[in-house]
Amino acid sequence: MKAYGVAAGLAATASLFYSTSAFAVTEISWWHAMTGANNEVVETLSKEFNESQSEYKVVPVFKGTYPEALNAGIAAFRAKQAPDIIQVFDAGTGVMMGAEEAMKPVADILSMGGKPFDKSQYLAGIVSYYSKPDGTMLSFPYNSSSPILYYNKDVFQKAGLDAENPPKTWAEVWDAAKKIKTSGAANCGFTSTWLTWIQTENFAAWNNQQYGTNENGIGGTDVELKVNSPVFVKHFQDLADLAKDGTFKYGGRTSEAKQLFLSGECGIMTESSGGLGDVVKSGMNYGTGSLPYEQGVEGAPQNTIPGGASLWVFAGKSDEQYKGIAAFFEFLSQTKIQSRLHQVSGYLPVTLAAYEDTKASGFYEKNPAREIPIKQMMGKAPTENSKGVRLVNLPQVRDIMNEEFEKMLAGQQTAQQALDSAVERGNKAIQEALGN
Amino acid sequence: MSPRVVFPNKVLPYLLVAPQLAITLIFFYWPASQAVYQSTLREDPFGLNSKFVWFDNFKRVLSDPGYLNSLQVTAIFSVSTAFVSMAVALLLAVMADKVIKGRGLYRTLMIWPYAVAPAIAGMLWLFLFNPSIGSLAIGLRSLGISWDPLLNGTDAMILVVSAAAWKQISYNFLFFVAGLQAIPKALIEAAAIDGARETKRFWTIVFPLLAPTTFFLLVVNTVYALFDTFGIIHAVTGGGPGRSTETLVYKVYSDGALNQLMGVSAAQSVILMVIVIALTAVQFRYVERKVHYG
Repeated sequence: MKAYGVAAGLAATASLFYSTSAFAVTEISWWHAMTGANNEVVETLSKEFNESQSEYKVVPVFKGTYPEALNAGIAAFRAKQAPDIIQVFDAGTGVMMGAEEAMKPVADILSMGGKPFDKSQYLAGIVSYYSKPDGTMLSFPYNSSSPILYYNKDVFQKAGLDAENPPKTWAEVWDAAKKIKTSGAANCGFTSTWLTWIQTENFAAWNNQQYGTNENGIGGTDVELKVNSPVFVKHFQDLADLAKDGTFKYGGRTSEAKQLFLSGECGIMTESSGGLGDVVKSGMNYGTGSLPYEQGVEGAPQNTIPGGASLWVFAGKSDEQYKGIAAFFEFLSQTKIQSRLHQVSGYLPVTLAAYEDTKASGFYEKNPAREIPIKQMMGKAPTENSKGVRLVNLPQVRDIMNEEFEKMLAGQQTAQQALDSAVERGNKAIQEALGN
Repeated sequence: MSPRVVFPNKVLPYLLVAPQLAITLIFFYWPASQAVYQSTLREDPFGLNSKFVWFDNFKRVLSDPGYLNSLQVTAIFSVSTAFVSMAVALLLAVMADKVIKGRGLYRTLMIWPYAVAPAIAGMLWLFLFNPSIGSLAIGLRSLGISWDPLLNGTDAMILVVSAAAWKQISYNFLFFVAGLQAIPKALIEAAAIDGARETKRFWTIVFPLLAPTTFFLLVVNTVYALFDTFGIIHAVTGGGPGRSTETLVYKVYSDGALNQLMGVSAAQSVILMVIVIALTAVQFRYVERKVHYG
């Protein structure tokens, strides 16, 4: 608070000083939720942008975890102290879209920068997730990722599995996991972070199954969940059965399971492509593969959906500020920035040019894991089931599902019971959130 | 009645209490009234549209099976935490009373955990009992006990109760030590001469004479378990698995801050406020009277 006061004081003094010399610097505040190496990226980008011109100054502020940053933004808006830019995670997208009056579409802002906004230069799969049903892009995709498969090559060799050929279907994963467990190569065969995002939302898209009505909420807010259909039930019953003897091990609701993989306890993991950095850092002899799909399901594999976060801009700011924000987004969209961001952080590039650029540089031959999520997302044109999942209260629905999954994995209920009850409770929560 | 201080000046007393009044108004009455107001509204997270719904939020809360579950969880959690922390503290206090050499050091060491922040206490226990890396969890496993607080609700409850109770033992220990010192040695010696053994002496003389202290600690510990353990639960289980460690206070947080259900969350905090007021009234009416200080 004190530091903020000092900064505000300095800014006030600075603006007084500059206004006399006709170089008013417009400050743009950016609230984000990036930690560690990703936080350094935020700082570097802001610094580079600030040094590249003299009219605007982007000031990044760390606001805690994804949900904390979103809550801070909402609280600030209610107190009429909203920042200019806020980073909101994938599950919060529906929440933000529900507050149209509070937000200014990024498409409008980008066209205020002087150049007309050309949506086609951005990756279609990502942009459509952050757009309104009519196609208006609402937020700027900053960091996007998709789930992929990781495996421990040493464990594979010990278990007598082919370390150069990762399992492609879920049935193959289960077989490999059982082999790892029974051969004693590792304590557990398979684990997964984010059972909601990976095993439910992405599972639906990748296998071309309906998650909910109304194109999973992309087409409209009134959604009825459909995750208790047979394909889901089979998948979750498989998980529950494997959990009984510890072949599948549960780590937690978000990315806790990553530790189980990194510590060598589990031989296979499904995790966000953004988790690659930690796997590399651990020094493990790892391999990667596409997210497994359910064999025999029509249309599978389809395409996966983006996770990660995007940048939203609050409404009610001055034109000067919007111009600055437009300039900043233009800066972020540059091919050289995007290519670097993609190669350093493991996030997907936002623009097609950056993808082509990275491909041409031969980067993917050395780092095939970086291309997997892009191929997964761009392989096929998305269907009604695979554009993404958007609910006004997705964080809450995820919580409900997590509760039911935990009871199921603890052996208190079957997959059918868990999913039926998740659908029933989830539908009720959606209706309440819609005010019905 | 205690003698009253009379101020000759009519304005000065008000001026003297003004800072305290201002603090109470700003940090208690204002937010509390906001919570009461909010509990009658249905709003979207951003507060763009709000509708006055009378007591609809309360109806929703009280008919929500999740809320009834969290009432039950809170009861189990509070009673266990209060019991464990008081029982262990009493045992330690009775033992410490007998130590003659190094008594000061021993007592100082006993008081340390009280200075640990709740979230840190939680993390400590989380690490000790982490199924894959925790040293105590590995010990349990080698004994053939299956331990999985991530999926087993009972294990998770044991974990949060342990962390919450451990932190409170020091406080209870201090009061029990003081209480024990206030018991006249002559009584115990007389009983000993009459042939009463140590256990007998404890249950028939020491324990009944400690009753005021015990009752006071019971109230304090219950209030602690109810309202001061958010940090531990947040750090250790986040209310899970399922909803097996979601206490009333944690539910206010998860509904309000995580799920953005402002009205429902506000209604729950109003209910909690009523519970606190009731508990405080009980404490003032019965406890303050019965406990002998010094």
